[in-house]
Amino acid sequence: MKNLIMNRINQKLKEDKKLLSIYFTAGYPDINDTTTVIQNLEKNGVDMIEIGLPFSDPLADGPTIQASSTKALHNGMTSELLFEQLKDIRKSVSIPLIIMGYFNPMFQFGVEAFCNRCQEVGIDGLIIPDLPVDVYNDQYKDIFEKYGLINVLLITPQTSDDRIRFIDSVSDGFIYMVSSASVTGSSSGFGNEQTDYFERIASMNLKNPQIIGFGISDNETFTQATKYAKGAIIGSAFIKHITNYSISSISNFTDKIKQSD
Amino acid sequence: MKETYNINEKGYYGEFGGAYIPEMLYPNVEELRQNYLKIMAEPSFQKEFHALLKDYVGRPSPLYFAQRLSEKYNTKIYLKREDLNHTGAHKINNTVGQILMAQRLGKTRIIAETGAGQHGVATATVCALMGIECVVYMGEKDIARQAPNVARMKMLGAKVVPALSGSRTLKDATNEAMRDWINNPVNTHYIVGSVVGPHPFPDMVARFQAIVSEEIKSQLLEKEGTENPDYLIACVGGGSNAAGTYYHYLDNETVKIIAVEAAGLGIDSGESAATSVLGKEGIIHGSKTLLMQTKDGQITEPYSISAGLDYPGVGPMHANLYKTGRAEFIAITDDEAMTAGLELSQLEGIIPAIETSHALAIFEHKTFKPNDIIVLNLSGRGDKDLQNYIDYFKL
Ligand SMILES: Cc1ncc(COP(=O)(O)O)c(C=O)c1O
Repeated sequence: MKNLIMNRINQKLKEDKKLLSIYFTAGYPDINDTTTVIQNLEKNGVDMIEIGLPFSDPLADGPTIQASSTKALHNGMTSELLFEQLKDIRKSVSIPLIIMGYFNPMFQFGVEAFCNRCQEVGIDGLIIPDLPVDVYNDQYKDIFEKYGLINVLLITPQTSDDRIRFIDSVSDGFIYMVSSASVTGSSSGFGNEQTDYFERIASMNLKNPQIIGFGISDNETFTQATKYAKGAIIGSAFIKHITNYSISSISNFTDKIKQSD
Repeated sequence: MKETYNINEKGYYGEFGGAYIPEMLYPNVEELRQNYLKIMAEPSFQKEFHALLKDYVGRPSPLYFAQRLSEKYNTKIYLKREDLNHTGAHKINNTVGQILMAQRLGKTRIIAETGAGQHGVATATVCALMGIECVVYMGEKDIARQAPNVARMKMLGAKVVPALSGSRTLKDATNEAMRDWINNPVNTHYIVGSVVGPHPFPDMVARFQAIVSEEIKSQLLEKEGTENPDYLIACVGGGSNAAGTYYHYLDNETVKIIAVEAAGLGIDSGESAATSVLGKEGIIHGSKTLLMQTKDGQITEPYSISAGLDYPGVGPMHANLYKTGRAEFIAITDDEAMTAGLELSQLEGIIPAIETSHALAIFEHKTFKPNDIIVLNLSGRGDKDLQNYIDYFKL
């Protein structure tokens, strides 16, 4: 656990500011866009990036990320190619980088080999929605720690207090708070139900800070979420932006999110 | 400890099973896990379940000695007539059980996935019976090739939602159903249609289908003076009719088990659904099992002429039966299955579902002894497949 204190994620979490984290799908829109998107995001003041490793059957994702994943796979993205693309990324980028993907591709790569490659290219953490906390804790936690990787675990409005405390005890970075009972990409804004939930979690005094994701799409939802949490993650709205415009117009997107800062 | 091929207390069959689900699904799955055995053990549950199986489904289904088929292959073949169940397949055994489970869990909305449409129809049927809202996800491709079942679901009041992603077949319909469950975690129960998905679904569905082998035991005792056949045979898509057939015999190794998978155009053709041979260990729909996938861990799109067998995974019970060698797995091509379906129609006057025809094709593949007692699960009737048979044979 010691080697996680210097992890870039934990360094970033210490900064006295609300964090903007952006998710995008590796190999999308074009296969060679991965590193350009990462560099542009850092240049435009994004605090942390989730690099989506595409999967054929993304259970927890809505239509936008499903479509970007399908396209990225069609473009030829694989785990091996992603590591290849990222091999020099630390020469130009210093913000925390997290790989977000489903468990089966990592399992096929070999969990230890995958973690090893992550460390080699400078990945700081992983988000694996379908790797349950108990399996992680029993079988993989030691491997993640060996390679200095933070495993980011999710909670939802339905997660019980006891389970949240357990997830908090297993986590060593931040907790990913899923904003509502929903797959990614819904954007109906936050009502009382969400703010009650945000308040409830904020008052639990967890050891790990929380970052809210799912349903964050604009300045309003970003501001609402970061009133209660350390930061917020935007995924589908960003994918839609680069689909409709291009990866060279990333500043238009990030400027709008941060406009009132 | 005695070796068992059944599930262990952690939700695994050997190394297969478990619940590899996103945290969003955890509360639903955990609620079910904590309650399903308790609820199933309640006398009032058992009473209602068995009353519905008897008076609504029409159980027990006959164990029929297929005289002419037996003569042709010079062995003793019994057919367990699940095709005679209400709605025409074994699927309803499970949906009756799960609708009663859903009611006891206080759920007011039902979702399901379907491939051939048999499970969708069986789900729509029990929802109509209980007056509960029903949404069925079905691959766009399957909607086109199983039109009669789509019409039946609509007639029964269910909403049929096309799955437009991926291969637009069963695996994608399952993804959509799981996404729906993520979006509706409180009021909805997901009636999974086979022995697949996260624990406790494989075990719960197997227990509901276990009525099949429970009946085989007493029926065979009456007809042959023994509860134990030499062979049990069933086709395997996800594996529910097979699990029901094997259930009470799993740990009785004097009874040999044969599982028949769909080879499609042939194992090596690239157009196949023979998961045990072509699959590798991995995670699909919340379960660690064998599945067809690329080297990079992307789930591949299976092919079979039968919409009920083209699932890229297989239930964890069956993955373990394969791995341990407890069951013999045989792959049957489209052509072999269609021929066997026509043969049963003309030898016994029974038109089987194309899924079932795969199991029937075993007799051209494997020679049995004259005294062997064989029980084959006739999992469904062929009404839904008539157009496919007619097109295939140009009848
Ligand atoms: C008649 C029939 N048999 C078999 C199957 C395959 O499913 P399972 O392997 O769960 O029995 C289906 C699926 O739709 C079916 O309709």
